[in-house]
Amino acid sequence: MAVDMSVRLGGATLPSPMMTASGCAANGRELARFFDIRELGAFVTKSVMADPRSGRGTPRMAETPAGMLNSIGLQGPGISAFVDKDLAWLKQAGARTLVSIAGNTSGEFADVAATLRSSDAFDAVVGVEVNISCPNVANRGLVFACDPMASAKVVALVREQLPRDIPIFAKLTPDVTDIVSVAQACVKAGADGLTMINTLLGMVIDTDRLRPQVAGVTGGLSGPAIRPVAVRAIWQTRAAMLEGRLPTVPIIGVGGVRTGRDALELVAAGASAIQVGTATFNDPSAPVRVGRELSELLQDKGFERLTDAVGVAHGRLA
Amino acid sequence: MSEATTRHTDAQQSGVVQVTGELIATRRVGAYHHLTFVAPGLAELARPGQFVALAVGGDTSANLLRRCFSIHKVSPSGTYGGTVDIVISAVGPGTQWLSTLRAHDEVDIVGPLGRPFPLPKEPVACVLVGGGYGSAPLFWLAEGLRERGCHVEMVLGAATESKLFGVVEARRYADGVSVTTDDGSAGTKGWVSDVLAEVIRRTGAAVVYGCGPMGMLKSITDVAAAEGAVAQVAVEESMACGIGVCMTCVMPVRGNDGATRMVRSCVEGPVFRGDRVRWDAFVDGECRVPADTVGAPRVGGH
Repeated sequence: MAVDMSVRLGGATLPSPMMTASGCAANGRELARFFDIRELGAFVTKSVMADPRSGRGTPRMAETPAGMLNSIGLQGPGISAFVDKDLAWLKQAGARTLVSIAGNTSGEFADVAATLRSSDAFDAVVGVEVNISCPNVANRGLVFACDPMASAKVVALVREQLPRDIPIFAKLTPDVTDIVSVAQACVKAGADGLTMINTLLGMVIDTDRLRPQVAGVTGGLSGPAIRPVAVRAIWQTRAAMLEGRLPTVPIIGVGGVRTGRDALELVAAGASAIQVGTATFNDPSAPVRVGRELSELLQDKGFERLTDAVGVAHGRLA
Repeated sequence: MSEATTRHTDAQQSGVVQVTGELIATRRVGAYHHLTFVAPGLAELARPGQFVALAVGGDTSANLLRRCFSIHKVSPSGTYGGTVDIVISAVGPGTQWLSTLRAHDEVDIVGPLGRPFPLPKEPVACVLVGGGYGSAPLFWLAEGLRERGCHVEMVLGAATESKLFGVVEARRYADGVSVTTDDGSAGTKGWVSDVLAEVIRRTGAAVVYGCGPMGMLKSITDVAAAEGAVAQVAVEESMACGIGVCMTCVMPVRGNDGATRMVRSCVEGPVFRGDRVRWDAFVDGECRVPADTVGAPRVGGH
């Protein structure tokens, strides 16, 4: 019998745990040329801010061992054009959509959420992912997600703007001393779940020109190279939930997933759903391929339901 | 090839396929490698100026990013089924891996991608300019233009003779061929832009097509504008995916409304009208965001 791959995330029940990762899938049309995006549990859109943004100059990326460094600069159309064009398209395509939002200030996050809620295509939205891994203009550019207080403020303001039945997920950075304390702050402020992890801050030097290789100087490191960091972060946060240090909420695992085996690693550490990011650049059909591979692996191991495998490694410490 | 290797639902509708391509021929051509793959379903969809994105290094490769190459030619129904040809310069880990492949090795290929060269409605004279192996897509283009009754001339340039690509083919595909090399080892010593004006004037060309390094495309655009011709250039921006999702291959281009936007060269290009590209933004290996670009960073930056 086929494995039950359905997953409950906040108020939403999704038929599949598989998702695209924000910023690795554009806003739907591009990947729809390669697979039926309705097969995904949810399509995760590129982080959208209040106004249109050009993003940074180029070069914007560097290939790194089993990964890449990117410095895009949150290029995007702004929330108004996003809801009119991109979200409307996703709605007519029948895609369950997890909208990623970002802001320079906590107020901007709230404004973006308010515009989203009042849009005609809002019924395509199954959740909102709050990308708190962007610089906080009000705090000398320190990334919100590096500061539990700033993270909590953003989450609380976004929570106020959205209906109760729309779950919100805080996307956490691993570039912190104690990711559990940031997770605690976000959940306490009203996050229904956590997405972890965002990219790691990295840098590459072009050794021909002896200067930074990407125009933005530093960038986000992603790809299979960072997967052990994702597994660790998910493990620590799930362990804290099991110890009662924070309420048990679903974790969406993301970071270096390329195969079903990789996805199972994140699931066993505590992830209820899986996003596929950089691997999509290598294989456009990766988000659905990984889902098929994960389902087969679970079946081989005798699981009837995906949910039975979530965090299973915590009970099997040697 | 079985259907199982062609992972797409409706190629005619989406215009693109993801296929396991089998290498059937590889040979050195000067400084380059010319590769022919069996790629079912791709040839029928492809037009000159479009490109393919190849995965390199196999399923567990540490080089995840796709390598993009303009299509040199396609054959929809050869002995082996549809084939696609590319020309590569083995300078990095991905292209070096491709250059060591042998017959019957397999590579995951996505294509055709991007917008093709637009063709003139009238049988006007055209000049096709290629820098180095940037000439690869031009022969196929020349064939299509001559079928429309266009007079076609080619200008091929490179640093040195071994880095020219397709001089012999050019004589077959074009009505006239000019060659330039920086060191004078073949043809006229100098750059393609040194001889281009004369070719445009002599042929009365209305369109100049170009493919090669950014600096060359800018000079082609300048010369074409001065001679009253339209430049259509295929750009070479580094890409991570080739399919429009990574946002790394952007460049500033003016739209029909006159506004400059950072557009993806993989989906809105790789062919642009030369006079729409903001060449002023390309400085010293970087491309800056012009201050008048839609959504440009305000003071303090992004």
